[in-house]
Amino acid sequence: MSAQPHGHAGHHDHGPAGHGHDNHHDDHGHDGAAHGTLKGYVTGFVLAVILTAIPFWLVMGEVFASPRVTAALVMAFAVVQIVVHMIYFLHMNGKSEGGWIMLALIFTLIIVVITIAGSLWVMYHLDTNMMPMAPHDMRNMP
Amino acid sequence: MSAHPIDTIGPDGKPAFYITDGRETVHPGDGTMLGFWIYLMSDCLIFAVLFATYGVVGRNYAAGPSPADLFDLPLVAINTSMLLFSSITYGFAMLEMARNRKAATLFWLGVTGVFGAAFIGLELYEFHHLIHVGAGPQRSAFLSAFFTLVGTHGLHVTFGLVWLVTLMVQVGRGGLTASNRRRLSCLSLFWHFLDVVWIGVFSYVYLMGVLQ
Amino acid sequence: MSPNPDQMSFVFGRLSLDSLPLHEPILVITFIAVALGGLAAMGALTYFRLWGPLWRDWLTTVDHKRIGIMYVILALIMLLRGFSDALMMRAQQAIAFGGAEGYLPPHHYDQIFTAHGVIMIFFFAMPLVTGLMNFVVPLQIGARDVAFPFLNNFSFWMTAAGAAIVMMSLFVGEFAQTGWLAYPPLSGSAYSPGVGVDYYIWALQIAGVGTLLSGVNLVATIVKMRAPGLTMMKLPVFTWTSLCTNVLIVAAFPVLTAVLVLLSLDRYVGTNFFTNDFGGNPMMYVNLIWIWGHPEVYILILPAFGIFSEVVSTFCSKRLFGYTSMVYATVVITILSYIVWLHHFFTMGSGASVNSFFGITTMIISIPTGAKIFNWLFTMYRGRIRFEVPMLWTIGFMITFVIGGMTGVLLAVPPADFQLHNSLFLIAHFHNVIIGGVVFGLLAGITYWFPKAFGFKLDPFWGKVSFWCWLIGFYLAFMPLYVLGLMGVTRRISRFEDPSLQIWFVIAAIGAVLIAVGIGAFLLQIVVSFLRRDKLRDLTGDPWGGRTLEWATSSPPPDYNFAFTPIIHSHDAWWDMKGRGHVRPVSGFHAIHMPKNTGAGVILAGLSVGFAIGMIWYMWWLAVLSFAAIVIYSIAHTFNNDRDFYIPAEEVVATEDRRTRLLSAAE
Repeated sequence: MSAQPHGHAGHHDHGPAGHGHDNHHDDHGHDGAAHGTLKGYVTGFVLAVILTAIPFWLVMGEVFASPRVTAALVMAFAVVQIVVHMIYFLHMNGKSEGGWIMLALIFTLIIVVITIAGSLWVMYHLDTNMMPMAPHDMRNMP
Repeated sequence: MSAHPIDTIGPDGKPAFYITDGRETVHPGDGTMLGFWIYLMSDCLIFAVLFATYGVVGRNYAAGPSPADLFDLPLVAINTSMLLFSSITYGFAMLEMARNRKAATLFWLGVTGVFGAAFIGLELYEFHHLIHVGAGPQRSAFLSAFFTLVGTHGLHVTFGLVWLVTLMVQVGRGGLTASNRRRLSCLSLFWHFLDVVWIGVFSYVYLMGVLQ
Repeated sequence: MSPNPDQMSFVFGRLSLDSLPLHEPILVITFIAVALGGLAAMGALTYFRLWGPLWRDWLTTVDHKRIGIMYVILALIMLLRGFSDALMMRAQQAIAFGGAEGYLPPHHYDQIFTAHGVIMIFFFAMPLVTGLMNFVVPLQIGARDVAFPFLNNFSFWMTAAGAAIVMMSLFVGEFAQTGWLAYPPLSGSAYSPGVGVDYYIWALQIAGVGTLLSGVNLVATIVKMRAPGLTMMKLPVFTWTSLCTNVLIVAAFPVLTAVLVLLSLDRYVGTNFFTNDFGGNPMMYVNLIWIWGHPEVYILILPAFGIFSEVVSTFCSKRLFGYTSMVYATVVITILSYIVWLHHFFTMGSGASVNSFFGITTMIISIPTGAKIFNWLFTMYRGRIRFEVPMLWTIGFMITFVIGGMTGVLLAVPPADFQLHNSLFLIAHFHNVIIGGVVFGLLAGITYWFPKAFGFKLDPFWGKVSFWCWLIGFYLAFMPLYVLGLMGVTRRISRFEDPSLQIWFVIAAIGAVLIAVGIGAFLLQIVVSFLRRDKLRDLTGDPWGGRTLEWATSSPPPDYNFAFTPIIHSHDAWWDMKGRGHVRPVSGFHAIHMPKNTGAGVILAGLSVGFAIGMIWYMWWLAVLSFAAIVIYSIAHTFNNDRDFYIPAEEVVATEDRRTRLLSAAE
């Protein structure tokens, strides 16, 4: 019997059996990816500790005079640390579940950014254009 | 069940339209990891709303205390380390699970639970202290947003602890069966996901709060 | 001795005899009618000994087809409630002119327009969409069930629990008087101290759990459970739009959940998110709820687009024109629907730059929608069109929806919106797209898939009566509102001074009555079809000359859907199979692995209703007990490993042999 895809089915790259979840039961297909390795966890942990310690030190030690510089650095470290956690603890890669995990993550990140940045943008313009809510708020506006 | 591909051409050379050898192409539990991940992504959106709310009203102190007056950074640092430790110990549990060692898996799960409980304990202490000094969630929009964001994360961790204990009982009773492995993998995603959210919390709420 | 008031309030919270609306004759009569109807139904169930089958085959089922049908039934029941609200509003506005006060006091009128919106969106349109997706998607992808069958049952019961809470508010206490999105500060505890807003919050939160989980379930189903060979670009269009809809559900409903949690905290705990004092910002609520609210619009319309695509290609006997562009248009709409939300509140005052951004994105999102209209038109072009009832709905949709879409683009221009905001023009616009798009689509879908679900077609005569009443009724009911809106009449008003406006409201009321006739004809159609079911019988499983996989199996499909999992080679898989002379195997059947029914969903949803009642009426003991019971029961449920069974091969053989005989009888 031939496993060759027939006519119509022939133009896509991995025949009808190619969903990646067809024949293996449970998690053997992504065992390595799902559970990680000792080296991976330790690397992730060490990086996470460093990336946590530096921003705390920057703020608690008042290393930079300008809060803006410190804030930017804190956010930059947070982003890097999130990526580290994603790779070493959550084992993100482009392949697990046929790439759907990554796709879902990217889509969610886009929506999260839209939600947070959009809200801040909209509400900041509202505050600029309209009167603040109450006098004591005005006093406390930056 | 062997891994040979499904024939798309029948023995007579015509296209095959059915799988007739009785094998199933999908099995119960196939969708669990993806489904759980999608759920986590939706949870992400809940946190996004809480972060956005904190971002918008987080400086409305209503002539009350500001983050610089309230936040105790050394305490936050200890708390953060609890969560970090619990993350790597959960990783160890998963490694032991992969090596099929039940007792060691249970041990590391237990350690994870202790770190998680310590995190919750410290957070409750912090909340109690804030309310005690008159900086409760009703005091200002800033404090409402702070308590809700941090509290929602704390509730998630609490839920994770309940789930962890349940799974420890299930593994203890049934061993590392396929379904228990799947459940442990889901909790692993959940636990590490909460760690990621906490990075956002300590950076955006605590550290940047104290700066301003 | 009278009981101690403290004890009374411990047990009953703020519930007292005064909470029962005994002084409102309309409600008392409705209650008596509902109670008599309920008693009659229960009596019939007992008399015909149907409680057992009802529980075993329906309430506890994990079969996606039965759950889908239950969703549709729930939606139709709620349609009757939501539509009665509409009729009452139309009647009130048609008579309350000059000095006349009409028959509805403002307190009651405000509840009615709130309930109408909430019910129509959350408990009519949503369950109907979810029900159709539930029924059709696994069949279209050649699967035996959804990815998480128990979760599916649980989702349905949570939705039903939400609906039950809304219905309860009719007879015990009151519903919100805030409009369907419950903007603070009006919905805050200072201005809405009663139970109305709490009913609103808990009904939506509990139904929201169901909606979210069913979204997760269907995404996982479409991604993981497709039959071999069914690649993404061969998916039927309805499955594609379902995928995008469920992605939207998963990524939008958490926002609603979160914002309602914040509102609840304001009401229950006394936080200051959306208050006027202590730094709260009510506008943030408006901003957040529309981040959910706009994707919600597309959650409703995308499946309708999918239905129209299936219907057009089936009844024109042609492959859908521009399949690829249809898919991309759907995906583009999915993403763009997240960056248009501010067009619901241009007048808030975010200024020119923000308003122009959102105005432009709103105009852009109409482009892929327009592309879809052309795809349907080109599919019809030179097709052999059969004007069956689903096709009539589709043509009615195409004309009506284009008008609604154009008024939408009009509203997307911020300066125009400043004139039209909150006017009846807006009301006319969104009813134009929701009735002309969503409702027509869902009715087309019901007519199209009804024979698949029950084994006989719907009677076309009453279907056509229903269609024409709906179509003409719609134009009569809503075109006057465009006129009134342009004259500056605002929404949610219960009485008017200017008598020159009255004629428009009277026309609108006549339109609403005509729609009521349409709904009546639709219900009559079901009854007539049931009585004439032997004449309308579908023996082949393929009554319309269908193209997609759901028509490959019998009507109604067996529990396991397909005796042998199909292998897909091309678009329109069933058309391809028919075209290439496939032969249905009649022997060699195997036992089939299936999930087991469970009562856990009903029980958990029931406990959730208890929790909601406790929270709404401040019966804290009930809330705490129900919550504890939910947690304990859920944990206990995870210890139950007895979840599946095999349908024995003999039973499969018997079922398939019956189908073989039917098929040969049909030839």
